[in-house]
Amino acid sequence: MSARDELPVQGAEQTLTRGHVGSPDPRPNARRLLQGRGVYIDDLRLPRLAHVVFLRSPHAHARIVRVDSSRARQAPGVIAIFDGATIAQVCKPWVGVLAHLKGIRSPTQYPLAMERACWQGEPVIAVVAQTRAQGEDARDLVEIEWETLPALVDMDDALAGNPVLHPELGDNICFQREVDTGGIDQVFAQADIVVEETFHFGRHTGVCPEGRAILADYNAAEHSLTVHHATQAPHMMHDIISRHLDIPEANVRVICHDVGGAYGIKVHVYPDEMCTAAIAMLLRRPVKFQADRMESFVSDIHAREHKATVRLAATKDGRILGFDLHDLTAIGPYSVYPRTSGIEGNQVVNLTGGPYRHSHYRARMQAVFTNKNVTCQYRAVGHPIAVAITEGIVDLAAQRLNIDPAEFRRRNLIPDDAYPYAFPSGIRFEKLSHHQCLERLLALMNYEGLRADQAQARERGCYRGIGLAAMIEVTNPSAAFYGVGGARISSQDGATLRLEPTGALTVLCSVTEQGQGTETVFAQIAADTVGISMDKVRVITGDTATTPYGGGTWGSRGAGIGGEAVLQSGRALRANILEAAAAILACDRATLEVANDAIVDRLSLRPLLTLAELGRICYYRPDTLPPGFQSELMVTRHYVPRDYAFAFTNGIQASWVEVDTETGFVKLLGHWCVEDCGTVINPLLVDEQIRGGVVQGIGAALFEECCYDDAGQMLNAHLGDYLVPMAGEMPDIVCAHVQTPTHTSELGAKGAGEAGTAGAPAAVMNAINDALVPLEARVTAQPFTPERILAALGRV
Amino acid sequence: MKPSAFDYVRPSSVDEAIAHLEQFGDRAKVIAGGQTLMATLNMRLSAPELLVDIGRIPGLSGIEVRGSLVSIGALTTHREIERSALLARHVPLLTQAAPHIAHAAIRNSGTIGGSIAFADPAAEWPACCLALDAVIVIRGAGGERRVPARNYFHNLYETDLSATEIITAIECPITPPARRSVFLELARRQGDYAIVGLALLARIDADKLHEVALAFVGAGPTPMLATTAMTALEGRTPDAETLHAAREALTRDLDPGPDLYTSAATKRHLAGVLLGRAIAQLMSGGDQTHGTA
Amino acid sequence: MALPETEITLRVNGETVRKRVEPRQHLIDFLREGLDLTGSHVGCEHGVCGACTVRVDGRIVRGCLMLAVQADGRSVETIEGVSDSGELADLQHAFHQRNALQCGFCTPGMLLCAGELLATTPAATREQIREHISGNYCRCTGYQAIVDAIETTLASRRANPAGAGT
Repeated sequence: MSARDELPVQGAEQTLTRGHVGSPDPRPNARRLLQGRGVYIDDLRLPRLAHVVFLRSPHAHARIVRVDSSRARQAPGVIAIFDGATIAQVCKPWVGVLAHLKGIRSPTQYPLAMERACWQGEPVIAVVAQTRAQGEDARDLVEIEWETLPALVDMDDALAGNPVLHPELGDNICFQREVDTGGIDQVFAQADIVVEETFHFGRHTGVCPEGRAILADYNAAEHSLTVHHATQAPHMMHDIISRHLDIPEANVRVICHDVGGAYGIKVHVYPDEMCTAAIAMLLRRPVKFQADRMESFVSDIHAREHKATVRLAATKDGRILGFDLHDLTAIGPYSVYPRTSGIEGNQVVNLTGGPYRHSHYRARMQAVFTNKNVTCQYRAVGHPIAVAITEGIVDLAAQRLNIDPAEFRRRNLIPDDAYPYAFPSGIRFEKLSHHQCLERLLALMNYEGLRADQAQARERGCYRGIGLAAMIEVTNPSAAFYGVGGARISSQDGATLRLEPTGALTVLCSVTEQGQGTETVFAQIAADTVGISMDKVRVITGDTATTPYGGGTWGSRGAGIGGEAVLQSGRALRANILEAAAAILACDRATLEVANDAIVDRLSLRPLLTLAELGRICYYRPDTLPPGFQSELMVTRHYVPRDYAFAFTNGIQASWVEVDTETGFVKLLGHWCVEDCGTVINPLLVDEQIRGGVVQGIGAALFEECCYDDAGQMLNAHLGDYLVPMAGEMPDIVCAHVQTPTHTSELGAKGAGEAGTAGAPAAVMNAINDALVPLEARVTAQPFTPERILAALGRV
Repeated sequence: MKPSAFDYVRPSSVDEAIAHLEQFGDRAKVIAGGQTLMATLNMRLSAPELLVDIGRIPGLSGIEVRGSLVSIGALTTHREIERSALLARHVPLLTQAAPHIAHAAIRNSGTIGGSIAFADPAAEWPACCLALDAVIVIRGAGGERRVPARNYFHNLYETDLSATEIITAIECPITPPARRSVFLELARRQGDYAIVGLALLARIDADKLHEVALAFVGAGPTPMLATTAMTALEGRTPDAETLHAAREALTRDLDPGPDLYTSAATKRHLAGVLLGRAIAQLMSGGDQTHGTA
Repeated sequence: MALPETEITLRVNGETVRKRVEPRQHLIDFLREGLDLTGSHVGCEHGVCGACTVRVDGRIVRGCLMLAVQADGRSVETIEGVSDSGELADLQHAFHQRNALQCGFCTPGMLLCAGELLATTPAATREQIREHISGNYCRCTGYQAIVDAIETTLASRRANPAGAGT
């Protein structure tokens, strides 16, 4: 029997329509969350639980002269107090570099600062107490004498080596990369037009509703550590905890319960979390660290602080010739382990100019050390920067050439029939659908109608604008992302499917759930592939003791990679079920099919044997089966993409805004997104991924920024002052999909988690600038605050 | 973060509460709705030894008309003010301002007395009290005193209220039907403290403004009564020239400091924009709508 | 440092509870740590995010901006209570159908917040819904599905007032 005959869900060129795949099934696991019956780390109740709080550096850069914890040790409820040297005895330090990021450097980082603190918020002393409040009381009694050192805050100062933060490194450059396809100076010199702009991007952080959390439970008798962790990558953490705390891999277990938002924030190694695990060992008891909101702002990774100058050359008939980019980004005092802080800038280089056909590209990116909080990969890594740079300069070129922005894109987007396509820089695309997406978007938003409305509004002094942002997104990452650089981060994922005696199906998958709906998607795929109803499928994720080995959830890989593992596992299980059924029914396996929780006759679909009966016989009465037959009702399959390093997706967004030119306030009137993530397994979930991502992107465009003063103090480390998008200002967002399944998997799914965040800031920026065209004003520094817009308008 | 430890008392009378305050002085804090204080306690920005909870003292809550005044008990919540038919009829400015205060859950708990006691210049009630020429009723060991709002706000978080006194009520003159009011503010997000806001009252007679009262939110160390601008508008038709003069006058009346995202100059600019919009709204009917800028 | 404790008696989800608490403990920590009602979440502890929204005497409050001692003698309802009573079952169903949640951390607070709008403003517009929930932070959904679910529930309650809740 060929694979095609056996695979019920999809032929190579077909859209998935049958059964659950493709249908907007609600998430079964949402029910417990709707009743407050989820379990986040802080909800766990363990005997003898101790709470750890961290004294964090109040200075951006300071030497620790003397620590006196004597008063603190006497405070009620205090169990222990640890400094960096003590923790370093049980937890090995780390260096956040990857071999394939040539030249990347970082100093050694310890769980607690050793002699010097390098950012405001770096953990310095750990206070363990019976309650959080007692820990905080004692923390207030720890006395530290500091010698403040000059704080390196500005990224240009950092680039100039003024001063050098880590003298042993010689300068402040963590990582730099150059791409040059050659001949660019000549192309730019001869081009009809060249436009240039410098864009500024504010630092962001993820602001997970649930702060970072870890509960480490050490069993001294077994020298084993069970770590309950709000993480996206339990197996990665398993490996790291094992190696850095010197506990055999088999003695570590990482369990990931419900996670209150992650967005990339919870996929990194954090010094305070490693310290918590070390303390559990030292104290031989369960210890919990639950980050509170204020410390989250100075200890969760930050991202996106960039200054990028870009030039675009084009012909007078509006054909893009090339892009020339210089990007500078500040990453804090350490490159974050194990993914490094070089990836975001690397992505900016990879993605800038990405949707457009062009022949010449030169990029130079430098990531520099500063005395601000560390930065690392946060949702849509690098994409919002690259898309804003690209779409901002593309709009400027269109404006200069007096070509409508939609038409300019029509002339330059890579044609839909040009695939496979490769840039001179080496990026390869399997198949994208830019033009289909563009035309769909223009129809969906009634582009011509909005242009007419815009013209009428201008007549009455009302400034409205349309912003378009085409994008490409990196999803389904292979080992090319981290593994080739030496990081022990799995790019393959596995799924185990087990038919239970009652005919139910248990799915265990190495991809985790943070609310995106991965478990639901797996249930849908498993149900369809095996031939079982969805209410009989139970999905288990997030436990390194029970699930197959895998990477977890990041880089929009859950559905595309984990889903394919489930599909392959489901196919294999179905084959085994048919083997068993043929043995029980004493008939030719080829005449049988699994459908609706039963073995049916393949031609008539007449039920022959329920899966419950099959399970009963195979598990409890195998003595009745033919001699020598052994049923295998549990199978495991793994999957990793091999043909392409990444499954690139594409899409386009549009924003429709009104700018109050007296106040500088921007009102979001509408937002549209047409996206191609290949096979849409569950449109309900994909749309919410898009919408949530768009709103995160709008946050970047209008509200969010980690503000620092010249001394390296974060000024708005508080949810009242760091402005996140709330319901009152957000628009309704219209989503639509073009489906171009990837042929690298049978499922055909690509990732959907990055698109919204990738494109929204650029769309909003272009919309604001479009509104301001008649006033000859432009904004290029995110977030676009009333102050910045009024300044651009010359009103303040 | 969790608050530092403190003791807690819940007196059943104002006198009892004042006795506690007399004993502890500035080592005690009064809590009513707690919507500002609790956040500062949780952040350990404030660490009192004693918390005096006045939240259940009888007689400190409710809205009633007394002659030409409406008396609002100090413990009256923002929500009760927002929903009061009595206030909508007699002091509509308060009805207009209430929806701008934070969010539903906070309006359910936060009190007008707490807001006036804390005296955040970015809060709505202090500016409303200035514009309305309200009187703050204060009780201390020596008895009761009535302080006009216009004498009450001294400096940033500094008021006429001593550490051993309690606000018991706010008395607002009834706004005559002919006197219209507008409340506007510019906040980045619904419910945020405003960058700038204003409360405006005036009677319009033959297109001229009379009995103009104008107070600003977020435009100085205290809520700011814009007396020079009020004079510039008084008795005049708010034409372009008058408006220009009033906006110019604001440079003398206001003293905004920068915040994280907005410079002082921008705040001044925005105050002028709001003034123009408020007057336009006033001329076109004013208190019919809840103003948003 | 002395850590005085005070005895409080209150009703929580219909049950009378008597406990000794530190005065400094806010209501949400009391519910979670004292009573193990972990459905209400600690989000920011400065009153901004709304994850700790619970009901006291029938009105929604921020659990982090009220001390447990202030709830003495009062009636507190949490997501566990309203789920068991079925009072918000229609809203919870609408959230489920519309996928108006992802990570679920904000959801209990969001539901209680929305419940107050259902009770007080049956004809609320989309704009009023957005305004009412504007103090409840959700990082996952982009809010639209939440607004949709509340709007759907309002409409179904208007069409069938007797069928509210269960």
